[in-house]
Amino acid sequence: MRRILLWFLTTVSTVVLLFGYKTSTSSALPDETATDPTTPRAAAPTTTSTPPTTGSPSTAGAAALRAGQFTGDAADTRWGPVQTRITVANGRITAVDVVEAPSGNAKDRAINADAVPTLVDETLQAQGADIDMVSGATVTSTGYLESLQSALDQAHAA
Amino acid sequence: MTAATGSRVVRHVEHVMGLPVSLALRGRHAGDAAGRAAWRAVMASLHDADRVFSTYRPDSAVSRLDRGELTLDAAPPEVGEVLALAERAERASGGAFSAWRRDPDGRRRLDPSGVVKGWAVERAAAALRALDDTDFCVAAGGDVLGRAEDPDRPWRIGIEDPHDPCRILATVPLRDGAVATSGTAHRGAHVVDARTGRPPADVAAVTVVHRSLTWADIDATAAFAQGADAAAWLRRRVGRTGLVVADDGSVTVLDGSGPISWAQIS
Repeated sequence: MRRILLWFLTTVSTVVLLFGYKTSTSSALPDETATDPTTPRAAAPTTTSTPPTTGSPSTAGAAALRAGQFTGDAADTRWGPVQTRITVANGRITAVDVVEAPSGNAKDRAINADAVPTLVDETLQAQGADIDMVSGATVTSTGYLESLQSALDQAHAA
Repeated sequence: MTAATGSRVVRHVEHVMGLPVSLALRGRHAGDAAGRAAWRAVMASLHDADRVFSTYRPDSAVSRLDRGELTLDAAPPEVGEVLALAERAERASGGAFSAWRRDPDGRRRLDPSGVVKGWAVERAAAALRALDDTDFCVAAGGDVLGRAEDPDRPWRIGIEDPHDPCRILATVPLRDGAVATSGTAHRGAHVVDARTGRPPADVAAVTVVHRSLTWADIDATAAFAQGADAAAWLRRRVGRTGLVVADDGSVTVLDGSGPISWAQIS
């Protein structure tokens, strides 16, 4: 089921990649492409396999992106239509929004919700939460002995 | 027989990179020779990552790169991979996250530590994924990666309270994915906002749940570096859920319903 979600995400992966690449609107950064020639670029943001946009901006390259909002045509997927919208400012994509998502989303939402942290009731705390591992701020080896993870390892030791 | 039918959990603990690494295995290979060999492979992979990436070892590839004694082309290929991840994170976070920091004397230093841990553990865990009918859960210095084959028996991950690390603030079930937390509870202020060079304000801890530990770890650090903007930024990241704890102890739960997560936006 989670695969369905992942599959969908890959269908908009280019958009997502662009999103990941170009959200730095605060522009304290110099031109990213020029800062560090030693660092390889995993994907060029110029390849727009995004759905054709109603505003039909030039797809020649990031530098040629026109400012404004562009809504892609709905793309049919096995799970229903997907439509996205991008916002461009100063030649950069500053936002990617999903305008329309497959209607079978209640299930997906439930799957997603399942991976959401649940706050522990303080009154239950004293009895100890039934957990296997702990995620927390980086514990160093010296701090480990004091840590909860250490307690768990010992508690579960055969 | 599936992994779920074996209830016995076998645990291992070792230290590498100055961090404790804990492993829990259950199912077919928990406690057998294949399970132990996989654990040795995990540790060997992490020691290898330490040799390449440690900023504490003067002879590591990263230290030599930093001193200009090594070019990226001549460095092991995983260095380029990690630096590319760092660059993506820097762009995605508007520069709050960076693999570069400034010395007190102003010199620019290479420090990809914010990327290396999650990436290295995820790479090392390939040996565990290869164990058939076996559930694994590995925790390295507060970052957790796990797989449970039976959806009804997820690993249960506790999220530490940054204001009282002996308490658990929340729990999250883990079936195939990762939980990473960035905060100041154990080591003090070691994450800075790369735009200002100062520790972020108004945030005590950020926890990110995501299928990839590499990105859960990066996003937790990148969100934490943004201080009060952590939750707002994380909401915009695809496929992440999590928790942001403010300095005053107030908690924001991120349920994944950000602008990209199926919301109807018109």
